[in-house]
Amino acid sequence: MTEPLSSRVLPVLTIIGVIIAVWYAAAIWMNAPFQRDLDRRANVTSTTMEFIGKTLSQPKPVVPAPHQVARNFFENTFLRNVTSNRSLVYHSWVTLSSTLAGFASGTLLGILIAVGIVHVKALDRSLMPWIIASQTVPILAIAPMVVVVLAAINVTGLIPKALISTYLSFFPVAVGMVKGLRSPELMHLDLMRTYNSSTWQTFWKLRVPASLPFLFTSMKVAVAASLVGAIVGELPTGAAAGIGSKLLAGSYYSQTIDMWSALIAGSVLAAILVTIVGIGSRIVDRRMGVKPT
Amino acid sequence: MNTSPTPVVSARKLGLTFQTNDGPVHALSDVDLEVSKGDFVSFIGPSGCGKTTFLRVIADLEKNTSGEISINGMTPEEARKSRSYGYVFQAPALYPWRTIEKNIALPLEIMGHSKAERKERIERTLDLVNLAGFSKKYPWQLSGGMQQRASIARALAFDADLLLMDEPFGALDEIVRDHLNAQLLKLWAATSKTICFVTHSIPEAVYLSTKIVVMSPRPGRVTDIIESTLPRERPLEIRETPEFLDIAQRVREGLRAGHSYEE
Repeated sequence: MTEPLSSRVLPVLTIIGVIIAVWYAAAIWMNAPFQRDLDRRANVTSTTMEFIGKTLSQPKPVVPAPHQVARNFFENTFLRNVTSNRSLVYHSWVTLSSTLAGFASGTLLGILIAVGIVHVKALDRSLMPWIIASQTVPILAIAPMVVVVLAAINVTGLIPKALISTYLSFFPVAVGMVKGLRSPELMHLDLMRTYNSSTWQTFWKLRVPASLPFLFTSMKVAVAASLVGAIVGELPTGAAAGIGSKLLAGSYYSQTIDMWSALIAGSVLAAILVTIVGIGSRIVDRRMGVKPT
Repeated sequence: MNTSPTPVVSARKLGLTFQTNDGPVHALSDVDLEVSKGDFVSFIGPSGCGKTTFLRVIADLEKNTSGEISINGMTPEEARKSRSYGYVFQAPALYPWRTIEKNIALPLEIMGHSKAERKERIERTLDLVNLAGFSKKYPWQLSGGMQQRASIARALAFDADLLLMDEPFGALDEIVRDHLNAQLLKLWAATSKTICFVTHSIPEAVYLSTKIVVMSPRPGRVTDIIESTLPRERPLEIRETPEFLDIAQRVREGLRAGHSYEE
C-alpha cells in the first residue's frame, strides 16, 4: 500500500500500451482485404500511409480502430441525453439495474443455501450435486427459455434478466460460503462447546465472522457473473434496451463500432462493480481488525 | 454420613478407545484419579500417553468408553452445561476479529451477562493476567505470551472453579514460560481455583503442582501419582533445591517405568 503510485500505474500503462498497439496492427491487417477490394473497384492507388489511414477509418470495419471506438464511446456516453436510446449511460443503467437485482437475490440465495448445507446433513448430501449440475448447463440454453416462459405469463422486463443473473451468481456465493462457514478451526469450535454455546450463538459469533472474507471473494466473482447474466438475458429477446440489446442491434446492422463501444461499456461496468465490492471488503476488513499488509 | 467433600474430579477405571481404520487405539485405560478442591494437578508424559485426552474427557470434548468419571459430582456433560470449568488450549485460540476485551467478553456474552457486568469482569481478569492497557488491541498486536495470558483471562472471566489447561505454554520460549509459570502460581494463590495442567516439561510440572500424575503411552495409563512436598509459596529459585530435584527424579523414574524413554 505504501509503494509509490508510479510503480503501480506504470505496469498497467505498459500493458494498455501493448494492447493498443496489437489492436491497431490487428485493425490494419483485418480491414486491409476489404479496403484493397474497394480501392481496386474505384481504381485508386494509394501510398502505404494513405492505405493504412483508410483501413483505420472505415464506417463498418471488421475490427474498428481504438480511436474509432473511443470516439463512439465518448460521444454516446457524455454527449447524449441520458434518457436517449442512443446513450450508453441509459443502456448501462438498464443492464445495471437487473444486474444489481440479480446479484442481490443471488447472494442472498447463495448464503441461505450455504447455511442450510452447513447445518443440515441431509441438505449437504442432496443439494450440492444439484448445485454443481446447475452450473454445467450452458446459460445460453437456459436464458431464452426463462425469458420466453416468463413472457408467456406476462413477466417481462427486469425480472427475467435478474433471474438469469441470480442463477449465475448464487453458485460462487454458495460454494464460497459453505467453505467460509466451515472455516473455523476445531479449537475455536471446541471453545464454543466448553461454553455450552447454542448452535445459533456459534453461528453468529464464530461461523459468520469467520466466513466474511470468503463471502467477499465469492461476491467479486458473483457480481461479474451477474453482469454476464443480465447481458445474456438481453440477447435472445431482442430486448429494447440494455448493453445486450445494443450488442445484438450492432451485429444485425454490422455496426461494429457500436458493438465495441457497448463491449467497453460492459467492461467499465464490470470494473466498477468489482471495485465497489472490493471497497466493501476493505471496509469490513478494517472493522474486523485485520492486520494491514 | 459421608463428611469428606466431593472431589472436583473423580475417575474410576476410566478408559477411552478410539476406533480407527487401523484398528482400535487405547488412548486411556484404567485411569483412577481424584482431584480435590484447590489442587494444582499436572499431567505429564510423552505424546500419545492420553494426557490431553483425559483433559478433554473432563471437559466433555471426548466421551469415555468405559469406567466412570464425575466432575463436582456431575457427569462431564452436566458439568459442561453448568459451565463449571474454563479451558485453556495449546494455542491462544483468540478470535482474530475481536479485540482482547471482546475476546474476554465472548463467554460472558454467551452466558448472558449484562454489559456493566461484562465490563467489570473484563477489567478484573485483565488485571489478574497483567494485561490492563491492552484491552483495545487485536490479538496480532500482542506477543505469543501475552496472547496466551489473554486466553487465560478469558477462561477466568466467568468464575468457574476448575481451570483445565492443555499445554498452555508449550509453544512459548523458556524465558517467557518461566515468567508465566510464576504468574500462574500467583494467580492460583489469588483465586484458589482447582487447576488441571497438561505438560511435557518436567521442571514445569514439579514447579507448579501439588500433585503430579505421570502417564505413559500404549495404552495411555497412569504410572505414578506424586504428592509434592514443596511449600505452596514457590520462588523460581526453588528449582535449584534438593527437594525439587528429588521430585523431578521421581517423575523421571515414573516415566522410565512406563517405558516412555524407549523408541
